[in-house]
Formats: sequence, structure tokens, C-alpha cells
Amino acid sequence: MKDIVLIVTAVILSLAAAGAIYRIAVGPSLLDRVLASDVLLAILGAALAIDMAVNRHLNNLVLLVALTLIGFVGSVTVARFVADRRGQVNDS
Amino acid sequence: MTPNATGVDAVIDVVTAVLLIAGALMSLGAAIGLLRFPDLMSRMHAATKPQVLGLFLVLAAIGLQMREWWVWPILAVAWIFQLLTVPVSAHMVGRAGYRTKHLHPELLSTDELEAVVLRAAGQRAAEKAQEAESAMPHTGKARNGGNARNGGNGGNARNGGPSA
Repeated sequence: MKDIVLIVTAVILSLAAAGAIYRIAVGPSLLDRVLASDVLLAILGAALAIDMAVNRHLNNLVLLVALTLIGFVGSVTVARFVADRRGQVNDS
Repeated sequence: MTPNATGVDAVIDVVTAVLLIAGALMSLGAAIGLLRFPDLMSRMHAATKPQVLGLFLVLAAIGLQMREWWVWPILAVAWIFQLLTVPVSAHMVGRAGYRTKHLHPELLSTDELEAVVLRAAGQRAAEKAQEAESAMPHTGKARNGGNARNGGNGGNARNGGPSA
């Protein structure tokens, strides 16, 4: 049971992380990359939480909250200072 | 998870497994949405799935597996913290996306912000024209008046307001 859950969630999360990384790499605008890196942080948080649930410990909980905070500060900061580039209008 | 579980333990383990796999599927759904949706706004819609519902599912699995009552308030605090920060960052990203025109207007069913932006632009043009008129009252009065009238007309045409 434990091994099956671990393998299935690992495969699913790996596919999801690959998709998010692909969007970070090719994403046409800066905001798409910010959004995809937010999703990547959520996937990392899910992996930490699954590790805690399967192995019955709470060591990663502080790391999970810190990850949330990092994602919040990062995306707000980048979104605040996005420049309005007139040459690349509507390239999303 | 308990090895060779029986009875209540087995049931809790099955529920935990379902919750964990559903939470992981939320991440996969977000990744698929990121890859397939056409513009920033619809990608933002997909990106919130693992951040809220996915986190809730895996935190519920942790609570089921720990089987201690004091774990639940800590998990609730972690989830509420995420619930408070995600809308703020999504608002900032969406606002920056609207301002830098990272959207396809033909895909929107309604654009409520457009009327507000146009009205603000019209007011700003009218104010600028008035300032130009009051700054130089006697030199080149005819040209300044023409500018003011043009600005006012432009503002009113978009505004439809009463300040003729």
C-alpha cells in the first residue's frame, strides 16, 4: 500500500513538475513564468506533505509554510515591477 | 502507513491513499492547464488548483495518518495561511497582466475593467488640458484653448459623461 501510493504520486508529481518547468522555459511572457514557478512551488509542497503523510512525521511542516511565504513574496514582487513593453503587446 | 493493516487502520490507509493521489492529480491538472490554456488569465485559473484544493487534500491525509487531535489546528493554520496569500499574489499577477495587455480580449466574455480604465483616461486628459490652459493664460491662448477643447472632446467621447 505504502509503496504503491508513493510510486503513483511520484509519477504524477514528476509529470506535473515537467509541465510546469516546460512552461517556465518557453512561457512567452514574464508573468507566465512567475505563474508556472508558483505551480512548481505548490508541487514541491505537495511532495513534502505526501512524504509527511506516508512516513508519519511533521518535520516538513515549517518548510511547507516557509515555501508558501517564498512563493507569495516572489510572485508579488515580480508582478509589481513588470514593465509595460509596448513592442511586445499581446504576445501571450 | 501501517504495514499489514487490518480493520480501522486499513480503512484509514485506503482513505489516505485516495486523498494523496487526488491531491497529486490536482498538481497534474494545473500543469496540463498551464500547457494547454491560451493566455495568462485562463492559466491563472488552472494554477490555483494545487495551491488550495490540492494542499487541503494532502493536509487532510496527514491529519488522518497522525491520529493526534493537536495536529489538526496546525494543519488548519498552514492551510489558512496559504488561503490568505494565494488571492493576494493572484490579484497582483492578474493586475500586472491586464496592464501589460497579456490577454486576448476576444476570449473575454465581459471586461468590466475596460469602462473604468477609459473613464479614468478621459478624466486625466481633461485635467491635463485644464492645467495647460491655466498655466499659460495669455501666451498663445488660441492654441491652448484648442488643445483643451480637443482633450475635453476626446475625454467626453470615450466618457459619455456630462462634463462638456
